[in-house]
Amino acid sequence: MARGKTGKKELLSGNAALARGAYEAGVKVACAYPGTPSTEILETLAGFPEVDAQWSVNEKVALEVALGAAVGGVRSLYASKHVGLNVAMDPLMTSAYVGVSAGLVVVVCDDPGMHSSQNEQDTRWVALYGKLPLLEPSSPAEAHLFVQEAYRISERYDTPVLVRLTTRVAHAKEDVTTGGRREVAPKSFNIDAAKYVMVPRNGMRRHAVLEQRLEKLRRYAEQTAVNRIEEGDNTLGIVVSGVAYLYAREAYPDASFLKLGMPHPLPERLLRDFAGRVERLVVIEELDPFLEEGVRAMGLDVERRHVSWRVGELRPEDIPLIVKRRPRPRRDRAGARRPVMCAGCPHRFVFWILRKNKVTVAGDIGCYTLAAAPPLAALHTCVCMGAGVTFQEGLRRAQPGERFVGVVGDSTFVHSGITGLINAVYNRIDGVILILDNATTAMTGMQDNPATGTNIRGEPTRRLDLEELCRACGVESVDVIDPEDLESLEETLKRRLDEKGLSVIITRRPCWQLVRTRRPIPEYLREKCRKCGICLQIDCPALSEDEEGFIKLDEDICVGCDLCVKVCPFDALVSRWKEEAGEHS
Amino acid sequence: MSTAEIYSVLFCGIGGQGVLKAADILGEAAMDAGWHVMKSEVHGMSQRGGSVESHLRFGSGVFSPLIACGKVDFLVPFDGAEARRLRQCLARRGIDLGVYIERALGEVSHKRFLNTWMLGVLSVFLPIDESVWLSALEKVLRYALKENRQAFVAGRWAAKQNGTRQGRRHGGT
Repeated sequence: MARGKTGKKELLSGNAALARGAYEAGVKVACAYPGTPSTEILETLAGFPEVDAQWSVNEKVALEVALGAAVGGVRSLYASKHVGLNVAMDPLMTSAYVGVSAGLVVVVCDDPGMHSSQNEQDTRWVALYGKLPLLEPSSPAEAHLFVQEAYRISERYDTPVLVRLTTRVAHAKEDVTTGGRREVAPKSFNIDAAKYVMVPRNGMRRHAVLEQRLEKLRRYAEQTAVNRIEEGDNTLGIVVSGVAYLYAREAYPDASFLKLGMPHPLPERLLRDFAGRVERLVVIEELDPFLEEGVRAMGLDVERRHVSWRVGELRPEDIPLIVKRRPRPRRDRAGARRPVMCAGCPHRFVFWILRKNKVTVAGDIGCYTLAAAPPLAALHTCVCMGAGVTFQEGLRRAQPGERFVGVVGDSTFVHSGITGLINAVYNRIDGVILILDNATTAMTGMQDNPATGTNIRGEPTRRLDLEELCRACGVESVDVIDPEDLESLEETLKRRLDEKGLSVIITRRPCWQLVRTRRPIPEYLREKCRKCGICLQIDCPALSEDEEGFIKLDEDICVGCDLCVKVCPFDALVSRWKEEAGEHS
Repeated sequence: MSTAEIYSVLFCGIGGQGVLKAADILGEAAMDAGWHVMKSEVHGMSQRGGSVESHLRFGSGVFSPLIACGKVDFLVPFDGAEARRLRQCLARRGIDLGVYIERALGEVSHKRFLNTWMLGVLSVFLPIDESVWLSALEKVLRYALKENRQAFVAGRWAAKQNGTRQGRRHGGT
């Protein structure tokens, strides 16, 4: 994206538009850990040389750095997905007490419908719980404007400001009119212990300040242009925020709307005014009844939405059903293809061996979570970042005689697996942890991390040495193995499982999407195939079964990793690597 | 509100077929033609072989980035199974361009130009000048621009040859 162009229309995603708005507002420091659907915010900001952008080690670190920079005097931004903000809850809750000096915007992207997440929590409650103002744009163009307003609110009211997007806003694209960057002069950092040292005495005073601030923010909410009444036919009045506004405007073009660009704190007078004008008051919102509860708490007569609407994302065709007080219909996703690990994925080799050895696997968050799906079905738990390490400890404590393995990716291990590993060493638990080091943060689209030795701008930095780190944590046996070397991998796994003590096996091979090397693809000898179906168990997208039960090898998808060759018991799949090497030598 | 001025296009296929890229090209073209554009897509799993759809709407009075089921004016599928799955979302007078997939695969020099060939077909049905389309291709595509342009022009020619009534109307009269 071109820097500094003004008054120009660009087709921008919600994430890119938000980043562009922050850039125009003079943001200086921006921190995030990648997570769908939020990743492109920092990727966009890193494209501007004026912005000091970073992939932080995890979200807690990201928010602390951004808060420190805001207190230190420059406009700052934090971005993550909803579950990422959970990791940063500790600094977030007290950031409301200390406030800021220059503006701090905390962007959170929720994922209703769980397109790429482990839960569909509704982060609007965090604003209520954390006593922070929350803006919620409905579209990319609004994301571009709202983030600039968020900086004004942040500095005027001395508070971090939450901006919430959902997948359908973050990954929508719209023509957005961009502007130029307005530089904001850095403020100096003033030592102010009463404000920045949150010991009980100071904290208590700041809590009182926070409550007063919320009252001021309530008054702001009454007069801000981000909340507005669009008066139409008053037989139906719809209170709505976020992307649901866009769906509802099309479904009920003639109705009256109260569009809440700021769902917290709620503008009570405006809501009462609106409720007084309309015959029927209906709240339309995705996930939890956040607005509905707030409106009801004011004593206003609002219709109760059927509980089935708390689950899943809204679609435009749902709006009339909500208005008609009907439950959510069952939606048929039959026939949609499920995602699988790519052809050539090094993880597939690891899970094949784990499955073959009938090991129970505590999993983690990453592409490798896809190994949970049948036919591979070789990953048995997945809760949150870092739990591959800690869940295996818990499982072992509950079932001391069983064989458990913990699996975690390189980026996830650095994010929050290290603490679990130290815990396992400190509390003397046996076990085997596999770090699947594919040299990138693959699931979110190939972001660098401390173990890759490259920063967000692609510049070299000091590489974190995973094996040295594990040894420094007190793990005595640390093996590094190429997962394509199936025999070594299996032999090492068995040996470590039989031993006492805690061991780490680092399976190291770069993600196929990173290297994209195509090797000669195997030859299929139909006459040798006994239709045993073992090669189909590896869940490779290049392999399928034809009508007669023989194998179809998709030559466009296959990249020649040869795992199918290695698992075929009847030599019906034959490697062409050597043949090719022979020709070229 | 009249929806007469809104064009709702649903692109679908599987990861790696260029579904999102095709929608981006239409988005840029529609924007350059002076329309308000709203597009929706879901990233994250797109490179993992899963189903991928992208909704693109342009015109006057567009709000929603998603097309309500039953309101798709043009279904642009790159995969037969995905086309069958999503055909139910077509409007009564909506047009399914899936009938062109086979011909497209026979004509393109490589599968990866299927998306621009199909865009060529779609272009005949939309109020956007060819020159605007070609500059949108240039804006969005980083490589193989020549091959993509050829595929686009070939698809456009094929559709013109058939006339714009050749897309299969769905569930109509």
